[in-house]
Amino acid sequence: MSVTEMHEKQRNDSADDTVWVEEVAWIDRVPAPVQMAFVFVVFVACWDLVTRFGLVSPIILPTPWETWRDILFVGNNLLTGGYMLPALWLTLKEVVYGFALAIAIGFTLGVIVGETSFGEKAIMPYLVAIDTMPKVAFAPLFVAWLGFGIESKVALAAFIATFAIVVGTAAGLHAADHNARMLFKTMGASRWQTLVKMKLPAGLPQIFTGLKIASVSVMAGAITGEFLGGGKGFGELIRTAAAQLNTPRVFSLILYLSIVGLALFLLVSYIQRRVVFWHKDRVMRGMD
Amino acid sequence: MPAAATVTDLSSKRKEPVYELTGVGKTYARNAVTALEGVTLTLTKGSFSSVIGSSGCGKSTLLKIMSGLIPPSSGRVILQNKPVRGPRRDIGMMFQQATLFPWRTTVENIVLPIEIRDGKAAAAKAREKATQLLEIVGLKGFENVYPNELSGGMAQRAAICRMLITEPAVLLLDEPFSALDELSREFMNMELQRICMEREATAFLVTHSIPEAVILSDVVYVMKPRPGRIAEVVEIDLPRPRTLDMITTPKFGALVERIRSRLDKEAFL
Repeated sequence: MSVTEMHEKQRNDSADDTVWVEEVAWIDRVPAPVQMAFVFVVFVACWDLVTRFGLVSPIILPTPWETWRDILFVGNNLLTGGYMLPALWLTLKEVVYGFALAIAIGFTLGVIVGETSFGEKAIMPYLVAIDTMPKVAFAPLFVAWLGFGIESKVALAAFIATFAIVVGTAAGLHAADHNARMLFKTMGASRWQTLVKMKLPAGLPQIFTGLKIASVSVMAGAITGEFLGGGKGFGELIRTAAAQLNTPRVFSLILYLSIVGLALFLLVSYIQRRVVFWHKDRVMRGMD
Repeated sequence: MPAAATVTDLSSKRKEPVYELTGVGKTYARNAVTALEGVTLTLTKGSFSSVIGSSGCGKSTLLKIMSGLIPPSSGRVILQNKPVRGPRRDIGMMFQQATLFPWRTTVENIVLPIEIRDGKAAAAKAREKATQLLEIVGLKGFENVYPNELSGGMAQRAAICRMLITEPAVLLLDEPFSALDELSREFMNMELQRICMEREATAFLVTHSIPEAVILSDVVYVMKPRPGRIAEVVEIDLPRPRTLDMITTPKFGALVERIRSRLDKEAFL
């Protein structure tokens, strides 16, 4: 009897009783969107119960239904070009300018810190020191320096977002392994060639991680700037609604802001997947 | 170093010397450690030499000096009648890891040395040659594949092509296949022999494996640590081309045994 036949026989013998099947937990068989929808339904149901039985004052916590109506109202206002659209547009501009500024400064500093030993020894400690400060506390300073216009918000947004890009870029430049460095040395590559053809591409995954963190925090910077520096942005709308105890409006404005933030994050992630095509980012797989 | 001198004389009668090291030593100023002392060896055209020794015997220091990455503290390092004063295009190197860059296709990886030295236009012209090299190493049709789709052995074949693209006078091989599994490794060693013989390449291999050194080499240099030096030169007079069957012959066994006995005494203290 050949080996194959023996295996075949064993399989047939054990077919009815001792087949060992790998078990899959039932939860893993439920599609991810269904699981997400389940969490959402439970959340809204709890929310509804809390408001329905008057556990919390409706001024503090509106009902889900009220909030939903206000979400539709704000959406309608934005789509029909109502007064909220220029506010959103202004905040969007602050976010985009702030992000661009953060990328420009953060990338430059990151290369200096990651590539030169002077940067690493003499500049990085200061950057770390500044990074540990509560950066929001600088907002009044930016307002004092740059006024109540868009500049102070852009500056604060950029200020808050820059450090993640510096750290990501500097870490990325150290990502290339020993072999790659040796190879470039033996090929007689210049410092510039080593940076552009090897260190930067090798560091792109880390650089994009920094960019993604920055894309999230830049929104927080812009809104904080608006809270403290006034203006005509979405942050001002939120502040006004909160002052009027219009909590459903606060919730729906936050929702639209988070959509903008998510869109920026997804845009960066999309660019990452196109540019760093060889690198599979585990965090993003869940978002796909 | 009387043994080394003998071998040098024997070989240089037959073939012209390509790479000559005379009394090469290296002392690291940082900790005053003598990593290398009085290394004299000659690589003749078309010869395959190996250096073998335990960790810390100065193999990698020797290889760094020979590849022009670090200067020696003493001695002369002459490649093709010109002293080595830094990395040179007539030195080809291969490492334990293939080190292909994942953002470049296989052919783009292979022409990288040309791109670094002569620019993008020259690299574009070298693509045709890269394609021919890929055919030689059995990777025809993989030109535009990204490295993450290549197996370990295939990646090392591509690394061979990258090493050969500048037509170096000497190939420095730093344990090139030690990251591969045993079967792939034996096979790749035979491939390496074939490629070297076809191109009449001068090769210098650093390895930890005695059988690998014996099967591939014309000369095996046995190194010893503290300070790193060549303790013995073993000439391998097995006929070429070598085959994997030779591993089981008594002569092969005797050569392996001779090298091992030289290593055992001090190597693992």
